[in-house]
Amino acid sequence: MAFDLDHSLAEQPTDGHRRVGFFTDTSICIGCKACEVACKEWNDVPEDGLDFTGMSYDNTVGLSADTWRHVAFIEQRRPLGHQEPGVGEMDFRWLMASDVCKHCTHAACLDVCPTGSLFRTEYGTVVVQEDVCNGCGYCVPACPFGVIGKRETTGVAAKCTMCYDRLPAGEQPACAKTCPTDSIQFGDLDELRERADRRLAQVREAGMTSARLYGHDPDDGVGGTGAFFLLLDEPEVYGLPPDPVVTTKDLPSMWRHVGVAAVALLAGVAAAAWGRTGSGTTGPRGRIR
Amino acid sequence: MSQTDVRMDGSAETRADREATPGSAGRRRERLVPQSSPADSYYGRPVLNEPPWHAPDIAGYLFLGGLAGASSALAAAAELTGRPTLARVSKVGALGALGGSLYCLIHDLGRPERFLNMLRVFKVTSPMSVGTWILTAYGPQAGCAAATDLSGRFPGLGRAAGVGAAVTGAGVATYTAALISDTAVPAWHDGYRELPFLFAGSAAAAAGGLGLLAAPLDEAGPARRLALLGAAVECVAATRMERRLGPVGEPLRRSVLMRLGEALSLAGALAGASMGRRSRVAAMAAGAALLAGSACTRFGVFRAGIESANDPKYTVQPQRRRLAKARAELT
Repeated sequence: MAFDLDHSLAEQPTDGHRRVGFFTDTSICIGCKACEVACKEWNDVPEDGLDFTGMSYDNTVGLSADTWRHVAFIEQRRPLGHQEPGVGEMDFRWLMASDVCKHCTHAACLDVCPTGSLFRTEYGTVVVQEDVCNGCGYCVPACPFGVIGKRETTGVAAKCTMCYDRLPAGEQPACAKTCPTDSIQFGDLDELRERADRRLAQVREAGMTSARLYGHDPDDGVGGTGAFFLLLDEPEVYGLPPDPVVTTKDLPSMWRHVGVAAVALLAGVAAAAWGRTGSGTTGPRGRIR
Repeated sequence: MSQTDVRMDGSAETRADREATPGSAGRRRERLVPQSSPADSYYGRPVLNEPPWHAPDIAGYLFLGGLAGASSALAAAAELTGRPTLARVSKVGALGALGGSLYCLIHDLGRPERFLNMLRVFKVTSPMSVGTWILTAYGPQAGCAAATDLSGRFPGLGRAAGVGAAVTGAGVATYTAALISDTAVPAWHDGYRELPFLFAGSAAAAAGGLGLLAAPLDEAGPARRLALLGAAVECVAATRMERRLGPVGEPLRRSVLMRLGEALSLAGALAGASMGRRSRVAAMAAGAALLAGSACTRFGVFRAGIESANDPKYTVQPQRRRLAKARAELT
């Protein structure tokens, strides 16, 4: 799968379904965390720790097996477009963004899964089959975004399914459904991309020159993501990698290096056994019959 | 959807929520804009999720798998060059290390009872899948080689199994490099060119160490030479990798375990090749040092990888540099 990197999912809809996705427009996120709650409720995601982190209003910290939507809160002493911060003489802005599994076109988690538990759905999303996963945990370090995790209670991998169980009923995922500002928008990926381009132009025109789309480009290191974002600052500020690349892109070269090393190991052993026969205090005592 | 009519600029124009832009409710007063450097992480939190692998299991497997695979190769070479005792101890050692490997691998699963699910599919994109099948091919042959040798029955079958175990064993000893490289963990991924050679060298040193430890002096020649060769390759590959990786190689360079591993491997290999030629005690000490050195190296690589995954700078900074380079090339 990872070897035909030119193959684009967007061009190959399966079973008459078009690829769906999320467009998360962080410029209208109000940090209400309704998406986190709706996701937990619908998907029966267990509690993931009740800790006070001191990280602004974020006590969720990050995505994991037990957190499929995570709202980030960033406080900066910088202006946000032409916005009046209302905190005296200080410039101040709050960036809020609801993070989620990216449902990559070239998904490393899916590539490395040794049981076939992770699969590509007819909607172009990436989903874990809980009853197949044996909890090897390989998908966790494979994900360049730090999304998927291994759930302690069940021992298997878990992450956002883009509400795979709601889609056949024509329902949108719980987080998008509940989002009160439409910061999270669900729909056909192609249509969302067009909408995002228009929105980016609008936001930039309003003075947010640092606005940019993240994950919308099918030519990026993961072939574009099914869940993409409009960000108001650098991706790393939100805890996102600035230039993620699917690790399996280098796998052909890895296998070549492994092959050479394996042959070299055999050659080394042969050289050690046959190379200096008869020298020193050792030597073969004749072949065994 | 609700809309507010209260607007700071008194504008009658309203926009739907989705169309709202920052500042559309009223313009800000003019202020001095402070210069601040952009943050390169979210509250210092890692970008990646930490691999859920436990060090004793997975680093232990990296060591035991290497020991098993290279020992099988050494066993076959020893058998074909008429060194039956070295062959036997290597075969038994390989089987023991294989048993330990399987225990580690299955023990680390979240659902150990489902370990056979690995055999549902064969995926070349998953080194763990490929490795599972390599182990499936290797295990029975290594077992057969050891069993026939110990029992003295079916020597022809045993020899064929021994050669098969040697060939597949080379795969067992080296595929683990692809296993950890094929992740987003910066130090592991970026080291994919040298890691297979580092692991092959470390495996050879361990197998040589086992031979030195358990085989009589007059048969241990191949073990001594293999240990020397393996330790040298291990050190050269590690040095090359640490230099090439630049900033990402930092956790590798400051790894005490890796330095200890190199020191033990080199000391063991040199002691084995000198004093170990005459003294059985010296050979055994050298063998033990080689085994410990190989284990230290594997744990060192494992820990350094985890460290590189847990610090966002190793994820973010190389990617930023890559983007800057790509932009510079465009202009």
